[in-house]
Order: sequence, then structure tokens, then C-alpha cells
Amino acid sequence: MARGIKDRVAIVGMGCSRFGERWNDDAETLMVEAFDECIADAGIDVSRIDAAWLGVGFEAQSIGPSGIPLATALRLPDIGVTKVENYCATGTDSFRGAVYAVASGAADIALAMGVEKLKDTGYGGLPARSRGLNFDMYGVTGSAPGNFAQIAAPYRAKHGVSRDDLKRAMAHASVKSHANGAKNPKAHLRKAIDIETVLNAPMIAEPLGLFDCCGVSDGAACAIVTTPEIARELGRTDPILVKSIQLVTSNGWELQHGGGWDGTYFHTTRKAAARAYAEAGVTDPREEIDLLEVHDCFSITELVTMEDLFISKEGEAWKDILDGFYDADGHTPCQIDGGLKCFGHPIGASGLRMIYENYLQLQGRAGERQRNDGPKLALSHNLGGAPIQNVSAITIVGLEGA
Amino acid sequence: MSDFGILSCGIYLPRRRLDRTAIHDANRWFAPGLKSLARGHRAIANWDEDTVTMAVEAARACLDGRDRAAVEGLTLASVTHPFADRSNAGIVKEALNLSERIAALDAGGSMRAATSALRDALEGSRTRLCIGSDLRKARPASEAELVQGDGAAAILVGRGVPIARLVASHSVTVDFVDHFRASGESFDYQWESRWVREEGHLAILADAVQALLAEAKVSAGDIDHVVLPIASAGAVKAIARKLGLKDEAVVDTLSVEIGDTGTGHPLLLLASALDRALPGERILVTGFGQGADVLLFEATDAIADHRSCRSVAARIADGMPDHNYMRFLFHRGLIDLERGIRAELDQKQPGTTLYRKRAAVLGLVGSRCTVTGTVQFPPSAISVDPNGRKQGAQEDYPLADRSARIVSYTADALGYSPDPPTYYGTLDFEGGGRLVTEFAEVGSDDVEVGRAMRMVFRIKAEDEQRRFTKYFWKAVPVNEGDA
Repeated sequence: MARGIKDRVAIVGMGCSRFGERWNDDAETLMVEAFDECIADAGIDVSRIDAAWLGVGFEAQSIGPSGIPLATALRLPDIGVTKVENYCATGTDSFRGAVYAVASGAADIALAMGVEKLKDTGYGGLPARSRGLNFDMYGVTGSAPGNFAQIAAPYRAKHGVSRDDLKRAMAHASVKSHANGAKNPKAHLRKAIDIETVLNAPMIAEPLGLFDCCGVSDGAACAIVTTPEIARELGRTDPILVKSIQLVTSNGWELQHGGGWDGTYFHTTRKAAARAYAEAGVTDPREEIDLLEVHDCFSITELVTMEDLFISKEGEAWKDILDGFYDADGHTPCQIDGGLKCFGHPIGASGLRMIYENYLQLQGRAGERQRNDGPKLALSHNLGGAPIQNVSAITIVGLEGA
Repeated sequence: MSDFGILSCGIYLPRRRLDRTAIHDANRWFAPGLKSLARGHRAIANWDEDTVTMAVEAARACLDGRDRAAVEGLTLASVTHPFADRSNAGIVKEALNLSERIAALDAGGSMRAATSALRDALEGSRTRLCIGSDLRKARPASEAELVQGDGAAAILVGRGVPIARLVASHSVTVDFVDHFRASGESFDYQWESRWVREEGHLAILADAVQALLAEAKVSAGDIDHVVLPIASAGAVKAIARKLGLKDEAVVDTLSVEIGDTGTGHPLLLLASALDRALPGERILVTGFGQGADVLLFEATDAIADHRSCRSVAARIADGMPDHNYMRFLFHRGLIDLERGIRAELDQKQPGTTLYRKRAAVLGLVGSRCTVTGTVQFPPSAISVDPNGRKQGAQEDYPLADRSARIVSYTADALGYSPDPPTYYGTLDFEGGGRLVTEFAEVGSDDVEVGRAMRMVFRIKAEDEQRRFTKYFWKAVPVNEGDA
């Protein structure tokens, strides 16, 4: 394995817009909102940014192609802007581009932006779209909940979990995220709910009910990264350092190799997690990782991901969830900001929103929802596609020395 | 004896059988006079079925267990071909994964197109698949809506071990317009049924039968099975009486169970007769429409081996009663439900990509790595096997007739479907290969991890802007009685 980039890049500024149904904003104004916070946090002139990455998931339905929308929205100083799209892992991939530019020495200071404007489609959920000319002939253009729901039945069958136990554990994950989101002023959904509400909600894609699904939101989030040396020059005494970034893309094995993958887990997440821990020097993730922000597009995704990140044992995440292990006051909080479930899910922004929360928590700046046991190492997990073919990205950030 | 004749037959009936009382209950206020027709059921195709998909399924039943390389020609007879200018028979050929070196023809224009195609095949020398299939549209509250049914039948004619041989044939052509439909129109225009019976069935058709019997020197009383594909039971009785046919020889027209399936109905009733015929028995088949075709067959000794598990009776019994008249109207495009913005997704199909991938899309042909043995769908240059990424070693591997099991599934109520929720999931084929596809004809009790499924050819989507039908394969549960 490559020697990695642990501690070679520091985050010196982050910003995140309020997520939600931003009827009176477009992608450009959302990017400005996130960037204003970010550049103030970094305390630098825009002219110092050497390169930028723009992540958008549904460009055809909003801002259109190329890096130009970011360059013009922020009037960036004649620099290269790269457009990134990698399903719902787009935000982390945008961050990865900026971080790698700094780690390589090609840029001193780089910007990663993620944005999505979804509420211009006229309906809830993600926009229906082509997946490419070949896929459209023999693939299933199901909805996002339909795609992710498919992990539930094989998981249940393999681990001998009853429908009710699984549904209740999934519901607990959502109830916990709603409780967390209620404390987050930037979150899309800020109402605490009880478990009965989740269990009795209308079915969207069996077994996912309405409250097993995350919000579809407008929003933007961004990060300014640089070297630890420049971070110190900028006056940062406690920079947040990138410990690892790993991204794994399905190659068709799960989809095409009958008898290989059994449908109960995310192959890419397991691969990415193992590499991310190795890069960051983490050997016991259940004890060493203090905070988790995962891609809880659906409750079942969060549940299975707890195992794929090697925090819960295989087949036992549902028990850990019901035990409160991942609650805000539990052993390892997951989605302490409300997660995709309640903070919201503006596709291209989500990976950066997760890193934003981890960044705030590690600096003790998370306000009412601050975890008070001195978190040092935080993981974010960003996933796009469907269980059977997807992109999984993991970022671990932490304090110096962590 | 000649080794040329009918080699096999197969039929397809859609699973849903709409209760005619449900139709009449909705329309009685407007058309109370149709009450006498409001009994029994009619077979109704699902939203994702059409003349081509039903033809494919009938042909698959007909070719089950046979070497498809023997098929030298294919005729698809119908008055409801989905495409006016694209060989519909050609689509069936791709779905059946038949050799490119065959002749394929769409026959139509009349209710006797299938019997004419069958006669041509029997009087030729090549092994030819003759299919009759129709999905006709009728106005709500019309007689046709109650009388018609959807379905298809296929007869394989050629060299081999025939189950029946053609003894004689006779055709007449007369421009007798009992009903008509101009090109591009949706609905038939029907003339008075009394005139059709007197001057059509009892004159043109009955005369043609008499002419054939005289020519063949066979008396009407010696016919063991008579196919008279006429919806009116009274007309059928009257013809039999006039001709001196034995009452018990008249093959049940299946009007009560499934309805008149159109162009393919004579072939469907012939299949029904072949199910019951004994060696040496005579079968008379008629087709009526702007004249008549009459074909006289004799069952051979091989009829005894004709497999009964695929019998017409079993297909009829495999129906699912349905009372949802509104769904039927919607699926036929007769009412316009609010489908929502999600349904607006552009379904444009580039001709180039379909042509390149036609074997995979229309024929469900995957590939197998000749080095590792790994089966994959869709095929690609490099083997997906993680232990042996071999390049350029893929061979064709048809999956359509392999059984499969459910790995995962869901019932999606969010995405647009004409029949929500959309069931879909992942299947593993016996012998290797994996596919994510939609499920058809399922309810919540039909899906579970490990459940056995089989593949059917269906409509995947309709490009409503350019009027192009996109086909692909879906999975249905393996039911008892499936061959």
C-alpha cells in the first residue's frame, strides 16, 4: 500500500450553508453562503487559493457542466477549477482532489466545494435520470430508497434477524438522528420524533418507510486546505489534520459475479475502511474513532455501515444501535449533527458537510451538540450508487498527534 | 409417411383474468344491453406486455426443449403489431436468440392472418415458426371489450417427428367487411352481428369447409376436432349443425375463460385440440376474415408423446382473477391517470447502442469466460472474476431459459410505475451469472430471498415522445405447473 498522506494536509477553513428547501436560492448563492463562512474561518485572501474542486451530483438538473459555475460564483482568481461527479460520494471526492493537490505540492492552498440544488425538480426525492446508454437498456432505474432497501432482506436472511427487530433498529437510528438534528441550527429537519412515528410511517420502498429516508435538501459546504506549515504561518495553533482519505469504486464484481457478494454489506466500504485505518494508523476503530459521520441516506445503510467500518461486529450492528452505542451520549456518536437524515442531503455537499461537523467537533466549536469528552479522531463515510454498485469514500481527520 | 408437419405448439396467456362482471358493473348505466356477455373472465395483458412479448412467450413454450438452430423461418401474424415499420418478427427472432440466417415476416391485415401463415408454412418445405398474437384495444362499454382477450399461440411446422400432418387445405378470399380498422386508428368499427353470422360464418366460412371436405373426400361426421374461432357460441353451434359436425367435436372456444384472442385464436384452439387428440384423429382448423382458411390435419402416433404439462388447460388454470377494471383501462391507455413528474423521464433509445447490444438486451445473452468459467451479464471484454481477469476469452452464454433465485429485492413505491409498487431485485442464475432486474406478476407474498424465478420477455419502457417500445427481460415466480 502507498505510504499515504497522514498529517500532510491541514484544514484551515470550513463553511456550510443552512441546508433545506432553499426556494429563494440557487446553487451559486448557496456556494457564496458556505464560502463566506469558510474564507472568514481561514482568514486568508481569496487570491491565495491556487486551485479548486467543485462537486455536484446532478449537474444536468442544476448548474450545468464544468468548473465555471464555481469560478464565476466566487470570482476565483484565474485558477483551475475541476468539476467532480461521483454519485453521492461527490463531496468527499471534491475534498480528495483539493487535499491531494496540497499533499503533492502542486498547490499551497486549495478549495473544495460541494453543492446541490435539488428543489428545482418539482417533486420530492432525487431527480429521475439516465444512468448511461447501456445501463438504461438493461439496468433498473429504481428510486434511491428502492436501491438501498435491497440490502435489508439478504441481511435479515443471513443473520437471522427478524423483520421486527431490524425495523426497530433502523427506526432507532432515525429517532437518534432526529434528536441530534433538533439541536443543529443549520439542519433541514429539526423536529424530534418518537419510534412509533417511524414504525407507522407510509412505506416508500419495503422495508423503508418515510422516516427511514433522509431529507432531500439544497445546500453547499466547502473546505480550504493547506500544508501544516502554512497553517501555522496563518496562526493556526491547533490545525485539524487529514489522517486518511480512501475511495473505492465498484468494478462490477458485486453486480456481475454471481455467488461472490451476498448482498448483505458494502464491499467498497469494507475495502475503503481497511485502507483508511491503515493510512491513519488506526488498529482498533471501535475504541480509537471518537466520532462517526456516515452516509445514512437510509436507515438500513447506516446500520450496515456500522459493520462495514468494523465498529460493530458483522450481524450485530442492529443490537449496538438498539443499545444506544451510537447515540449522541453513547460510546461512539454517529450523526451527532443529524446526519443526512436530518441535516439533509444536498448530494454534492454532503461529504464536505460531514467533514465540517467533524472539524467543528474536534475544535470544540459545535455549540449545543458538542461532544464533551475531547474527541481526537473523527471519521466520515460518503457513499453513492446502490449496494450492488457504488462509490464509497472515507475521510479520517484528527488533532495533531492523534 | 412424410416427416413434415406440425412439430410442436405452445401458447401464452397473460396471468390476469378480468372478471367481466367488473366491466359490466362499471358500464351498466350506459350499456345495459351487454349484460348477456358479462359472465366469465377475459385474459388481460399486463402493462408491460404487447403482441411481441406474448408472441415470444408462446414461441418459447413451443420451442421448449428443441434445438432452435433448426428454425429456418418465423412468421408473426397479428393485427396489432407494435411497429408498423420495423420487423416485429425480427424482435421475436432476437428474443428467441435464433440464428440470423432465417426468414422473418410480419403477417397481418385480417383475423385469418395466422391460419394463412400456417397454411403457407405447411405447404412450404422449411421449418418455420408460425405465431399468432394480439393485444387489441376496444372502447369501454363496447361488445368487443367483453368478448376479446389477450394471448398468443405458436405452431412449429417443419421436418422432424410431426404430431400432426396436413391432409388438405382450402382458402377463399372475399372482401366481406364484418369489421375494419383503418391504419393508425385504435378501435374497430363493427357491422351488425346478425349479418356477419348469416352471410359470413354460415355462408362464406361454412361453404369453404364444405369445399375442403368434398375435395378431401372426408365427411363432416368423421372430423374429431373442429376449431371454429368465433366468439358467438350461437354462431358456432349453427355452423356445426349446418355442416353436420359432431357436437362433441367442436373445440371449446374458451370464450368464458379467456375471450377471443384475435389473430392467434385459431392456433390457440388448435393447440387445445392437439392436447386432446389421439393418433389418427382428424382436426379441422378454420380462420375467418375477408374469406376463410380451412386446414385439415391428422394426428400422428407421435401425438401420444406431446407433453401435457404445457397444456392449454394448465395455462388457463394458471390465471389470477382480477376485478380492477380501472387498472385495465389505464394499462390500455383508455384513461389518463395523473402520473406525476417522475414519469416524464425521457426514454429515448439510440439505434446504435441497441444494435450493438441487441443480443444482451433482446436475447438476454451474457458471457462466460472460457478460461475461468465465470458467467457475467452484461458481457464485457475482461472477465469479472477477481481471480482471473482474462481478456478476450468471453463466449456467448444465453441466460433467458435458466432458472434463478432471488438474492435481494424491494417493492419500490417512489419511482413511477404503471402498476405500483415496482418489484425488483438481484437474481443469481443456476450455473452462474447475476442480474438486477424488475419482477413481473408478483405480490408481497411472492418475493423472498432464495425464491425461484424464471425470466420473461417484457416491455421495459416506452419512449412516448418518439413512440419506440424498449424491451428487456424480467423475472416472474416459478409456479407449480411451469414447464
